[in-house]
Amino acid sequence: MEMFVDMVLMGLLGITAVAIVFTRHLFTATMLAGAYSLTCAALFVNLDAVDVALTEAAIGAGISTVLLLGTLTLTRRREKAHKGFSWPPFLVVAVTGALLLYGTVDMPAFGDPNSPGMRHVVPEYIAGTRDDIQIPNIVTAILASYRGFDTLGEAVVIFTALIGVLLMVGRRRPDDEEAGTRRPERHP
Amino acid sequence: MRHHLVLRVVSKLLIPFIILYGLYVQFHGDFSPGGGFQAGALVAAAIILYALIFGVDRARRVFSPAVLTVMAAAGVLLFALVGYAALLGGGNYLDYDYLLPSDTAGQHVGIITVEFGVGLTVTAVMALVFFAYAGRTDEIDDEDW
Repeated sequence: MEMFVDMVLMGLLGITAVAIVFTRHLFTATMLAGAYSLTCAALFVNLDAVDVALTEAAIGAGISTVLLLGTLTLTRRREKAHKGFSWPPFLVVAVTGALLLYGTVDMPAFGDPNSPGMRHVVPEYIAGTRDDIQIPNIVTAILASYRGFDTLGEAVVIFTALIGVLLMVGRRRPDDEEAGTRRPERHP
Repeated sequence: MRHHLVLRVVSKLLIPFIILYGLYVQFHGDFSPGGGFQAGALVAAAIILYALIFGVDRARRVFSPAVLTVMAAAGVLLFALVGYAALLGGGNYLDYDYLLPSDTAGQHVGIITVEFGVGLTVTAVMALVFFAYAGRTDEIDDEDW
């Protein structure tokens, strides 16, 4: 049953992705990208990765769709027409895809408890979470405690991204309004 | 979207529950899926929904960008300071065992504190990034679509 749900969701993902590639209307593409993220979130739930699903639903389907819509208001609604088929990009994509497919051949089966990734530090983390940290959610224990330094790095990365965004587009410059790109502030 | 009555009423009902769910995901992260990052994304989604329905200007007054900027920095700082607290307790950086006399209690306090720091940062960053982009956009009329 799970396998069936997985296949249906993967099929939907494929259809959505192809639709995004082929549509020329950017509003449609944005909405389809949101739907793609929501399907992804459902797939993650089915794979028991609820943490990732929460993030995907909130950020992928929610926030990034809104940000894309905000960007759309600054640009055109339609993509420029293409000048036909060109071989080099097609070859790059085909070769990369073939290599990725070839790479999956060597991967251990999904959920295989004897795969190298599962045997290295994972048993230690599971036993440690049970005996030393004593919280039920191993994911939280790994993220916040065993990999605390990585998570600190992630928080710093997010903060740095904010600084970058604020430096580039956060300021409200008076000359923007003179140029007529923005309506005057109602609440300065 | 000032005249969308249904959207306004439904969002007014939903936003408190989204924020409540965010707080649940934040502070129940030790026991159920979730944690600081997911909670931050949820609360930020609530803020963005508010801004979409009631206007960016009003959202800026409710969730002041100045306060959000301080929040973003305070979250990272809180995380880093927990690391230094562990150093002062005699352990390695971010080794929560040394935060309290009991190792397990120290781990619990450490995890919940750093997750709270991550939650603060993610909420503030997502909302501020949205405000930064929305600030460049004119009010969208329905006819635009």
